[in-house]
Amino acid sequence: MNEITIEINGKKVIALKGENLLEVLKRNNIEVPTLCHLKGLFPSGACRMCVVEVEGRRNLVASCSEPVMEGMKIHSHSPRVINARKTIVELLLSNHPDDCLYCERNGNCELQNLAELMHVRERKIAGKKNKYRIDVSSPSLVRDPSKCILCGRCVRVCEEIEGVSAIDFTYRGSKTIIAPAFHKGLNLSSCVNCGQCILVCPTGALKEKSYLDEVRNALNQKDLFTVVQYAPSITVSLAEEFGLEPGTDMNGVLNAALRKIGFKAVFDTSFSADLTIMEESAELIDRITNGGVLPMITSCCPAWVKYAEQFYPDLLPNISTCKSPQQMMGAIIKHYYAMVENLDPQKIYSVSIMPCTAKKFEHTREEQQRQGLPDVDVAITTRELIKLIKMHGINLKELEPELADSPLGSRSTAGKIFGASGGVMEAAIRTAYYRLTGKELVSFKIPAVRGLQGRKETRIEIGSLNLGVAVVNGLQNARLLLEEIRKGRNDIQFIEVMACPGGCINGGGQPIGMKEENIKARMNALYKIDESETIKASHQNPYIIELYNKFLKKPLSHKSHELLHTRYQPRNVIK
Amino acid sequence: MKINKQLVIEKLLLASEEDAIAKEARAILTGSKSETPIIFIGAGTCGLGAGAGKTKQAVINYLEKHQIKAPVIEVGCIGLCAAEPLMDVKMPGKQRVCFSHVMAGDVEPILDAIFEGKIHEEKVLGQFNDPEQDPWEGIPFLHEHPFFVKQKRLVLKNCGIINPVSIDEYIARGGYKAYLSTIKKYSPEEVCNIIEKSGLRGRGGGGFPTGVKCRLTLRSESDQKYLVCNADEGDPGAFMDRAVIEGDPHRVIEGMAIIAYAIGATKAYVYIRAEYPLAIARLEKALAQAQEYGLLGHDIYNTGIHLEIKIKKGAGAFVCGEETALMYSIEGRRGMPRPRPPYPSVRGVFGKPTSVNNVETLANVAGIMTNGAEWFASMGTERSKGTKVFALSGNIVNTGLVEIPMGTPLRTIIYDIGGGIAKGKKFKAVQIGGPSGGCITEQNLMIPIDYESLIQVGAMMGSGGLVVMDEDTCMVDIAKFFMDFIQRESCGKCIPCREGTRRMLEILQAISSKPGNDPNEALMRMKGITQLEKLATVIKDASLCGLGQSAPNPVLSTLRWFRDEYEEHVFERRCRAKVCQGLRTYTIDAALCTGCTACAKKCPVNAITGNRKEPHSINQNICISCGSCFETCKFNAIVVS
Repeated sequence: MNEITIEINGKKVIALKGENLLEVLKRNNIEVPTLCHLKGLFPSGACRMCVVEVEGRRNLVASCSEPVMEGMKIHSHSPRVINARKTIVELLLSNHPDDCLYCERNGNCELQNLAELMHVRERKIAGKKNKYRIDVSSPSLVRDPSKCILCGRCVRVCEEIEGVSAIDFTYRGSKTIIAPAFHKGLNLSSCVNCGQCILVCPTGALKEKSYLDEVRNALNQKDLFTVVQYAPSITVSLAEEFGLEPGTDMNGVLNAALRKIGFKAVFDTSFSADLTIMEESAELIDRITNGGVLPMITSCCPAWVKYAEQFYPDLLPNISTCKSPQQMMGAIIKHYYAMVENLDPQKIYSVSIMPCTAKKFEHTREEQQRQGLPDVDVAITTRELIKLIKMHGINLKELEPELADSPLGSRSTAGKIFGASGGVMEAAIRTAYYRLTGKELVSFKIPAVRGLQGRKETRIEIGSLNLGVAVVNGLQNARLLLEEIRKGRNDIQFIEVMACPGGCINGGGQPIGMKEENIKARMNALYKIDESETIKASHQNPYIIELYNKFLKKPLSHKSHELLHTRYQPRNVIK
Repeated sequence: MKINKQLVIEKLLLASEEDAIAKEARAILTGSKSETPIIFIGAGTCGLGAGAGKTKQAVINYLEKHQIKAPVIEVGCIGLCAAEPLMDVKMPGKQRVCFSHVMAGDVEPILDAIFEGKIHEEKVLGQFNDPEQDPWEGIPFLHEHPFFVKQKRLVLKNCGIINPVSIDEYIARGGYKAYLSTIKKYSPEEVCNIIEKSGLRGRGGGGFPTGVKCRLTLRSESDQKYLVCNADEGDPGAFMDRAVIEGDPHRVIEGMAIIAYAIGATKAYVYIRAEYPLAIARLEKALAQAQEYGLLGHDIYNTGIHLEIKIKKGAGAFVCGEETALMYSIEGRRGMPRPRPPYPSVRGVFGKPTSVNNVETLANVAGIMTNGAEWFASMGTERSKGTKVFALSGNIVNTGLVEIPMGTPLRTIIYDIGGGIAKGKKFKAVQIGGPSGGCITEQNLMIPIDYESLIQVGAMMGSGGLVVMDEDTCMVDIAKFFMDFIQRESCGKCIPCREGTRRMLEILQAISSKPGNDPNEALMRMKGITQLEKLATVIKDASLCGLGQSAPNPVLSTLRWFRDEYEEHVFERRCRAKVCQGLRTYTIDAALCTGCTACAKKCPVNAITGNRKEPHSINQNICISCGSCFETCKFNAIVVS
């Protein structure tokens, strides 16, 4: 018998042995506020917001970490409990900057919500506030310790999900702060810029470094030809913010909106995802047939690339030399599109919209430019895009869908599914299969690599070749797999790594406050697109074929290497 | 007779019956048959602080100069810290004599006298009481000294008496027998039963029954289990664990070995603060000796039992005394408590079942195994058995370490053992249990000391710090001291403790600081007192760990017994003990002031004005009540009120 009976607020309730009280409360629709709680991670019990009264216990009990016991009698909203919760919020506010109006998270802040929920209407507790310098050293993230309420969610995500541990608690007592090692800047730390910490931060203590002003300045400069690209996952990640069903694909209206905002050309990064697949699958085949370093590991995720440079320098030869789709698109815009359209590459200002904060870091890497001309000039996140759209007063619901600009605007669905974990793998296999066998796959769908699980492995028959593939998301999962590789595991030839759990649809640049259902909806939306359209493989994309015919000649050609491939080097950071 | 390891092991440790050789060896090792004089120096950290190092050197020089062959042995602290440096001299055939306050210069007269068969009466504290030795005439016995007469020394039995780094002497005094017979005679379950029956409770503060804790860990199934000895003694005014480890490290090791057996642990840690270098050094030596004698390590005396004990130094964080934080620290992580359950007995160090026990708890174990559960249970009160060691400090005559049976009234400790309040002042309160405890006033001095009765009066047993305060102590200041300590030592994890203790401290600072010009200040102060209690309630109720839950205790307990003092601070802006600097007013007595200008030069805010050779005055609007004029004035012209 695994079921036990407990009593909540005078009502008998069935619970399962081993469950935490908070789960039972939630299942029974009893709302208990939380701050430090993160589903799936070991409870930290730090914030004490979820305390409840358990009869017979001297102190209040944190429901997030309290296992249920037969016969427990619980009061979830007794005066004593509410008093404690309210005092906790008041204590937090007594050490919080009063600059909500200027805060990134104004209107979307858990502390604000709690203050509202607990009806804090008077400054009962006052005292000295901690003031810290804002850490702007990172190209991707801004850390404002003054706004940090030390819930520790970022620390746990960084350690338990990403296996990075770039930040942790330092100092003691009221001087405690969360900071990188030795209290140095984030830029010197092992931070991989994935931005997962931003997604879990309840306040404005962590946010992306915004480049909206740079984008608006560029749009205002008449002599600049400002172009924009958006990542595959963007179009399915906007719906919630505009009051639509999660996962609604807004590709067409997004094109229209971006033109309305003033971009002179709008490109879909899924096109360069196709291009990535052309190069990457060629590279994979080359490595397999010519005895190259295996397993080959994808290079689309800049957080992963930095992670490998820091922690797995010995595996750098395993990483595909292909640039990421963002950077390929950037290079093609400035070197091919400029040629076709007869534009001065120096006058092109190339903006990319990414679900990612690490992309802000990626485009500043010195290998990602040619003769001082960066492939991409600025990268903004989904969140920044939403602000830009709203700032321009654009109502997406009323826009007529438009197509992206040619010749770089058309994609196969293989490029589109890049947005979900397993997508790169699936797309690459579709093209590799064709390359190796001369035939198309009977069914393009590879269910074994789809889904939100942290690690997916399968074997695929390609003619006489039996290919072992693995897909991991969340860098901690990558670490576990790579440790196996280091120990000599050799049955895998191709690995896809994405830093964010679930892939780019759950990227660190995506809107905050999403639940697992939202992420699933986005994933399903991508696969629905794949299902419904006809061009399902990158090598079938006519514009890709044209690009090779007219410009690149063939995958891994001299021109390709010049523009579309890159290199990596071991990176010294404070670990 | 030559004593070596083999002989000690065969005759003293393993032999079931004592033969003549064993008897002689024992006599030699305990010093009772020594043909040369032996000189013992009380060289605990407390003794060394009082100058024992120089005393020891003086003894060595003396012996060299007079070409006398006599071993000089460093022992731990006998407990009477107030009388240090202590030097014992054992002449052949005579009782060992203890001398107090022996500074380097005192060595010569004392030794001159005793080698002539006389006792330097000014310095003598008392003589020991060994039935086999001849007593010195006219010299009081040490065990009849008021400091010792009401004590019952089980844990401290050997402290200050034996050579702490001689495993031979420890064995000669019956050491490690309990361990070897335990692992041969009893099953782990039986050991748990004996410990539980004895009624031994955790001496670290919580008072959880040790036997129950052992059994919980024993019954957790795992390939690896750990025992941890918690020697992270962090309470201000507590030094019991340090003294025990410095004075008798083998007793702690033996207790650990027994408990490790009882819970099925093969690895153990001593988590000790790095601020205890001497204790660490002696423990390291003792561990190496135990290893050498086969009492630790692989397959101990062919029983198939393994035990490895490692020392883990803590970096001096108060919160690391909390068991879950301590375990994180052992793992090399930041010491922050985590919610329990899972309890350490299920998920402890490196995720394995672990039992965390305090030094004093472990030091009690060998005695229980030797003398039986009933013997131990016969001492103390109904629910608190055995003895408790307290560190006596503050405004008391006999500061030091005392061990009393549970149930002894505090009055006995303070007035009989402690010798009353120093300098003839009046008793005000005693703080028990460190920053987590509370204060006890005159009216409750008669309550018998045990876990439950202390909680009833708003204090707690804690680890054993007893800080005695006289009438010159300001209770608001005491509360402020502990609050400051707690808020600095809070790990910063949970919000009530981190933010709440800081706000409480700010309120205390506000009521004891100099009034400013803000008219709202008085109101804020008044609100502060009511808020103190509100915050305290929430911090107690909602904090994550024991440190936070007990953090407001010093404030609550002083508020409970000394509310009038708080009100004086708030409403009358007066500190009756004249401790709170901010509430002092400094004025200059014109009749006494010579106009020397010294105070005006020292004043950091230029509040003092006046012409040379004419009386000066203090501008009260500028004065910050720092007191530097008071310290500077040579003519007593500065008046404090």
